[in-house]
Amino acid sequence: MMWYDRMLSVDRRWIYLILAVAVIVTLVLPVRIPVSISGEVRAVYDFVDQMRDGEIMHLAIEYDPSTMAELHPMAESVMRKVFEQNGRLIMSSLSQFGPAMADEMIQRIAREYGKRSGIDYVFLGYKPYPAITILAMGTDYRVPFPIDYYGADVDTLPIMSGIRNFDDIRGVVALCGGNAADMWITYGNAKYGMPLALGITGVMAADYYQYLQAGQIFGLIPGIKGAAELEELTGRPGEGARGIPYQTASHAVILVFIVLTNIAFFAKRSAERRAGALH
Amino acid sequence: MKKQIPIYLVFVCGIIMVAQFFIPHEYSAILFTNANDFVIVIGILALPVGIYSLMKSTVEKARRQPKERLYSLTTIIAFVVMVIAGLDREWFTSPTSLSSRLFNYVLVPAQATLFSMLAFYIASAAYRAFRARTVLAGILLVTAFVIMLRLIPLPGPLAEANNALVRWILEVPNMAAKRAILIGVALGGITYSTKILLGIERSYMGGD
Repeated sequence: MMWYDRMLSVDRRWIYLILAVAVIVTLVLPVRIPVSISGEVRAVYDFVDQMRDGEIMHLAIEYDPSTMAELHPMAESVMRKVFEQNGRLIMSSLSQFGPAMADEMIQRIAREYGKRSGIDYVFLGYKPYPAITILAMGTDYRVPFPIDYYGADVDTLPIMSGIRNFDDIRGVVALCGGNAADMWITYGNAKYGMPLALGITGVMAADYYQYLQAGQIFGLIPGIKGAAELEELTGRPGEGARGIPYQTASHAVILVFIVLTNIAFFAKRSAERRAGALH
Repeated sequence: MKKQIPIYLVFVCGIIMVAQFFIPHEYSAILFTNANDFVIVIGILALPVGIYSLMKSTVEKARRQPKERLYSLTTIIAFVVMVIAGLDREWFTSPTSLSSRLFNYVLVPAQATLFSMLAFYIASAAYRAFRARTVLAGILLVTAFVIMLRLIPLPGPLAEANNALVRWILEVPNMAAKRAILIGVALGGITYSTKILLGIERSYMGGD
């Protein structure tokens, strides 16, 4: 068997092992990789940074634990920045496995900043059918959410006084691990015209640049790199910055695999052509 | 009659919902709210059917495949425990409750692990399938390579050049293709919806 045949038919377990080793080595060695700030992430940062005292924005936590590695750091950064600006937050979680995960993060960060539920923030929780819920929130928050996640009547919460729908808030930052992003664009921005920014997973990024160019979203935080950029801007490196070395190592391994397999592929093809010419 | 009534219902409800979308009036909002409540009620009514279907297929599988019984049993136990643990609002909003603990220490790690394993499959697939067999496959390969390269720290000018190239790929060819697909899908959706409203497309009722 020629070297290229061996390379082309390598057992997949070797590939898994090399990838695992690359990630573990990155975990053990304290590597810090600098990130360059992109315009689309800076736009989200500026949006939060320019919030005035007491101003309210909506943070939509539309993902579940499967994508929390990429999206949770974004949610934490946005929450921290809003609280540092002394802004207020309306939060919802329209992914069925999201609310408990979101609640843990909200309570932890709110405690850190001494913020109180119902006054500085409200967590509305989950409602099925995201498209319908977004449309209904555009009419009146109280329609889909007459009570918040903790069972408090929304009308009794000071933060909700004077807040009826998207017209009364600064805008929405929706962190989405799936097609809720499309629903926020179609039913949130297109119908009600509220300013919208998205935080999405790395694999979704290519699908949403057209909305950025069309102005339907004013900012975009793509994947763990976007999260790391946001952390860099807020001056609080966290899980996003910590995730970059793993992502870089695994991508580097995949790129090396692609190069190697193509070298072997072309070597084999050229050998076959030569053999064909001899016959 | 069995087919005519659903067609009339779909036509009337569909036209009303389309009209209300474009009418910015209080009554339109009230109608929309009530219609949405109907959707949620219908969804809730479908829930017992879903639970029955899950239980039936799991029990059936356990009966037919003795080797799979452990998995079926796990499904049933997990289902029953989570339902009981979440019966009261207090039980799932409290961080120390059984529901929260099951969620945080079972579901979260399980979902995160399953999603992380994708990286291994992607690496294996990249090695086995990403080969420049044709010119088109070569273009796809180079594009993917360039996009992925932006996540690798490169020396200054090289990183800038690569970032500019990535941005161009995302904003010009990628965007053109995505927009063409989206417009096509939207037109297809409108056509399909119109056919349903007019009773031409009836597959949603089952049968042919």
